[in-house]
Formats: sequence, structure tokens, C-alpha cells
Amino acid sequence: MLLDFWTVAVAALGVLFFVAGTAGVLRFPDPLSRLHAVTKADTLGVGLIALAIVPQAATPLDAAKILLIWLATMLSAATVGPLLARVAIRNGDER
Amino acid sequence: MIAGAVFDIALVALLVALAAWSVSTRSGFTAIVGFIGYGVLLVVAWMRLRAPDVALTEGTIAAGLGGVLLLTAQARVGESAARTSAGAPRQDGGPSTIARIGIAILCAFVGASLIAVVLSLPEPAPSLAPLTAEALPRVGLGNPVNAVLLGARALDTLLEKVVVFLAVIGVWSLSRDHAWGSSPSIGPRTTSRVGGAAGGIAPAPAGPIAMLARIVPPFGIVVAGYLLWNGANEPGGAFASAAMLAAMALLVLMAGLGRIPRCSQGSWRATIVAGPLLFMAVALLGLPLAGAFLAFPEAWSKPIIVVIEIALVISVASALVLLIAGPPTTEPSP
Repeated sequence: MLLDFWTVAVAALGVLFFVAGTAGVLRFPDPLSRLHAVTKADTLGVGLIALAIVPQAATPLDAAKILLIWLATMLSAATVGPLLARVAIRNGDER
Repeated sequence: MIAGAVFDIALVALLVALAAWSVSTRSGFTAIVGFIGYGVLLVVAWMRLRAPDVALTEGTIAAGLGGVLLLTAQARVGESAARTSAGAPRQDGGPSTIARIGIAILCAFVGASLIAVVLSLPEPAPSLAPLTAEALPRVGLGNPVNAVLLGARALDTLLEKVVVFLAVIGVWSLSRDHAWGSSPSIGPRTTSRVGGAAGGIAPAPAGPIAMLARIVPPFGIVVAGYLLWNGANEPGGAFASAAMLAAMALLVLMAGLGRIPRCSQGSWRATIVAGPLLFMAVALLGLPLAGAFLAFPEAWSKPIIVVIEIALVISVASALVLLIAGPPTTEPSP
């Protein structure tokens, strides 16, 4: 019961961060600031949702797997962010 | 459960909206991004239908590797169009409006017919599933999907792998005559590279993606081995494992940390062909040993399947890498 409450509350907070990130992508003026919104807010959202699901996991191994998924998401965001930023800068210079 | 129904309806609505958006958008790149997102949403849909093996294949092959394939194709088409046309790149009009309307009507008709057929099936729908489920324990695998793929319908799997290998030949045949037998070019372009790269593109910095290409592949290879071994009893199997290995290889190649061997090398060609050849040899051995083509002796069923799967994983992974890397383009070095 308490675990369900934790799941719903933390997942709602994660969804809030996702909405904030999406609003940032839609409203920020240029690609670099949009990248900030996507990588930071979405990664935090994924992390919160992962934390929300962890108490529901059947075994500690499943909980560790969920946290590993979060780690993989962070790694991909950390890699793709600078790459997209470089492309954005390069496109900006050509125009 | 009402929450499940609401979620399903929202998912289907999102799928249709995303498909409509990616069809109607102007730029090819955004359409491909929409396609990748569509594939990821389809993974969720397959999981809602309780089909984890299909979801795994959809996510890795269709959304993942298919997306990469489309992006590299788009980049190549875009750059060749920019090189051949005089000024701004031509905007291809595509099919005329009447043709588009005709295509839309046809697609809608096919979709509606499929929905009508599925909804009008008697309850329970006629299928071979109960009959198959009785025979599956003799194959020796716990996962029914893989038991069917490699036991009951092994002929289909053999033919599919041969088709993958034929696709590689098809892609190779797109290379220019003088480039036949060299290695495909994939990875960061440098201005010093000859043949195939448009001059003036700045070298891609090696920083973030090189770091990822150094950190992730060991874990990816372990996960691929896990998928292969676990496919016997749980969702996974040879194709998902091969897609994982191909993705790791592509990551390393795109970061510039390695090169594909020359396609004229015998050992490389042997690697690509080894899987289907082994499968074929085992199938032919089934004639004297178990009485029919592609029959496994029952006691040896699981070890044979595991050996076939390992060979298939290596071949299919190599074939997938080659399919995405494209035809050999660099000048063969003297």
C-alpha cells in the first residue's frame, strides 16, 4: 500500500519533469537550449520513473536491472547531447 | 480493467497520429525520426499484447537498425543530390496528388479489411497453437516462440537466413566496378579520404561517440550472449542477439575505432556464410540420422539448436553490419 503510494507519487513527479522537458523543447528559442531541456529534464524524468518502479520489482536483481536501464539512458543522453550540439553549431555557422 | 483500455486506446491514437505525421512531413530526416519513434511505440504495443519476442525484434531490428539504415541512406541520397544538382537541392515532388489519394484509399481498404477479418474470427479462433504446444516439449526449448522458429518451422528460419545473405550480395552489387572487393566506408569522414566522401566536410570529432564506443561494446557483447543463451527458455534468441552484436559493431565503426575488413577477404566472406552453411549441413545430416531433411535426433535436439544459433548469430550480425554499411566504396588499396 505504501509502496503503491510511493510509485504513483514519484512517477507523477517524473511525468512532471517530462512535461517540463517537452515544453522546453517546444518553446526554447534555439537548438542548444532545447538540447539542455531534452537531455537534462528527460533524463531526470526517466530516473524518477525508474525510482518509482524499483519498489515494485520482484527481486533485488530486477531492481538493479531497472537502475541499469536508467544508467544506460543517462549515458546515451550524455553522448548524444554534445554530438547534436556540434551539428547545431556547424549548421548555424553555415547559415 | 478500465485503465488498461484507456491506455491501449491512447497508445493506438498516438501510433496513428505519429504515422500520419511522419508520412506528411516534408523533410526526409524528420520522417525517419517519426518512423523510429513509431517503432518504439510499437514495442510498447507488442508488450501490451504480451508478445515479448516480437517486441524485442521490433525494437532492435525495425526501430533500431532500420532507423540507422534509413538515416545513412538519407545522408547518402542527400549528399549525392547536393553534388549532382547545380544549385539548391531539388525538392522531389513524389507521387502526384491523385496517386496519393489512390494510395491512401488502398491502404485504408487493406487496413479495414484486416480489422474486419480479425474481429469476425470465431471465439476461440482456429489455430494450430494447441497442437503445436503438445509437440513442443520434444524440441527441448522452454521458450515456445524459439521452439517453433528452430524446431517446427526450422525450414522458414533457414530460408530467412539465406535471404539475409542474398540481401548482402544485393547491396554489394551496388558498388562501382573498381570498388568491388574493398571495404564499405562508414564512420567519420576525413578530408583526406578519397572516393565517396564529399570534400569539405569537417572531420567529426572523436570525443563523445568514441568514449561511448569504448565503454559500451563489452557490455553489449555480454548482453548479446545473454540474449542468445536465454532465448532457449525466455524471450530472446538468435536474431535479437545478432542485432545487438551488429549495433555494437556499428557503434565502433561509426566512431572510427575500426574498419570493416575488405569484402574480398576469404575469411570475412566465410564468416558471413558460415551460419546458413552450418544450418544447411545440419539439415542435410538429418536425412541419414533422423529420417527427414531438417529433422534433429530427439536426444540431440537442444545442443544442435544451440550450435546452429551460435553460428547464425555470427553470420547474421556480420550481414546486418554489411547491410547498413552499404556497398564497398573506397578505392581498393594496392
